[in-house]
Amino acid sequence: MTANILAIFYLISGVLFILALRGLSSPETSRRGNFFGIIGMAIAVSVTILSVGNFSTGFLYLIVFLLVGGSIGAFIAFKIPMTAMPELVAGFHSLVGLAAVFVAISAFLNPEVFGLGTVGSIKIASLIEMSLGASIGAITFTGSIIAFLKLRGIMSGSPITFWGQHYLNLLLGLSLVGLIYYLCVTQSNNLFWTIIAISFLVGILLIVPIGGADMPVVISMLNSYSGWAAAGIGFTLENSALIITGALVGSSGAILSYIMCKGMNRSFFNVILGGWGATEESNKSSSKEQKPVKSGNSDDAAFLMKNASSVIIVPGYGMAVAQAQHALREMVDALKKNGVKVTYAIHPVAGRMPGHMNVLLAEANVPYDEVFELEEINNDFANCDVAYVIGANDVTNPVAKSDPQSPIYGMPILDVEKSKSVLFVKRSLSPGYAGIDNDLFYRDNTLMLFADAKKMTEDIIKSL
Amino acid sequence: MEIDPFIFRLSIFILSIFVGYYVVWSVTPSLHTPLMSVTNAISSVIIVGAIIAALAGDNIKIFEVSNIFGFLAIILAAINIFGGFLVTQRMLAMYKKKKKDK
Repeated sequence: MTANILAIFYLISGVLFILALRGLSSPETSRRGNFFGIIGMAIAVSVTILSVGNFSTGFLYLIVFLLVGGSIGAFIAFKIPMTAMPELVAGFHSLVGLAAVFVAISAFLNPEVFGLGTVGSIKIASLIEMSLGASIGAITFTGSIIAFLKLRGIMSGSPITFWGQHYLNLLLGLSLVGLIYYLCVTQSNNLFWTIIAISFLVGILLIVPIGGADMPVVISMLNSYSGWAAAGIGFTLENSALIITGALVGSSGAILSYIMCKGMNRSFFNVILGGWGATEESNKSSSKEQKPVKSGNSDDAAFLMKNASSVIIVPGYGMAVAQAQHALREMVDALKKNGVKVTYAIHPVAGRMPGHMNVLLAEANVPYDEVFELEEINNDFANCDVAYVIGANDVTNPVAKSDPQSPIYGMPILDVEKSKSVLFVKRSLSPGYAGIDNDLFYRDNTLMLFADAKKMTEDIIKSL
Repeated sequence: MEIDPFIFRLSIFILSIFVGYYVVWSVTPSLHTPLMSVTNAISSVIIVGAIIAALAGDNIKIFEVSNIFGFLAIILAAINIFGGFLVTQRMLAMYKKKKKDK
């Protein structure tokens, strides 16, 4: 197979990958899109094997390794519960990062195979490309591992900060640039390993100071990095499929990070540079705790909702933790039988990754045309009888609109307080991630339901 | 005067960023999680580099360091490809429209 024909096939794969993403513009076309992606991958893999044309022992190993990796992947894909999607995606990102590092190492140790020159005299452009690919890949790898540990709960979700953190990161970043320069001059193996080692460290240091609820931004950012790493390797290997894919994934992750930051009204750097300043706000909330709170039980909630004509459900991360999505759907079914109109309102940063709530609701068989985004539904709260807030907190806090001193001031929130009554399922009055008190708890039209999200929802079903 | 092939690759790269930008903005927010898992799967096309590295040289060379790194990368990328596409498929299969009889 000539290089030109090979390039055409890689181009076809690249186009199929674009169509795969394009398909996601609506749920109807999405499954076909995913199919295009699979075809594109199959083409890229098979033409690469054909072009190498080595069908001896190595080929046997290749098939074995493909099958081993493939069955591990398939096993995970079928077994993973939907609530664990954020950590799964973080884990997958780490693998892409590490694969990029490994491919870069192979190319560095054996440049002849890729036509990049010989050991000790690799083309300067290729050296820059492969060290960039390896470096970004390494950052993606360790960063995703930290994100995985935080999402899985193995590591505390609270930000870990120490003095001089940002200077250290800056120093390491600058030293990476210097090392890549010297690598091009000296072609030294040791420099290449040092670059990879420092990048591993940078990945850890970058993610450690970021708190649990900022994970949507982190996951999107790592998604973006894995794309740029792939593109870097694509330049090294002169492979258009890899370059196209890298650019697509890179910009996709960047856009998602942007959407998530906008959902919190924070700048990207504000998120990256560490946790929300919870310390200065804590004294403020202590004074408020004396305020009276109305609390109720499942019968009150059932009565309110049964007699309502419209109910809006506001799910948040707490619903995922309690695995309450199925119970929630049953409750909604019971309400619908009583002629109540029920819709769902989803804040862009609800949950731990972009679209997290939507997947959980879809898993519980909630039709996607009953689920609305913030801009689509926010005006409806004023005309709705009951808002059922389950596991969400900061994204409903009216303080974001009224108090310029608040750290979440300016963040777009769901106008839950405008509905006639609010049912707030929560285990205690403790503040949410931003460390601030939710004004909504103390409003006259709010009824607090102190319980586990799943248990409360099940009790309401019984009372209905 | 000849143009360096690098410039062509750079052009592909820049144009793909723009394609990605417009395509991803048109993705509906409710499918953002499948978007992440499918981008994850397609970025594992890095496996083509791993295959070339792993199969380089004749049979004796299979156990050289650079080949071994290639094989390791194949496993990692294969986990991602199968895992990524299948979990995306599983998620997308759950997105259903409202049934009339409900």
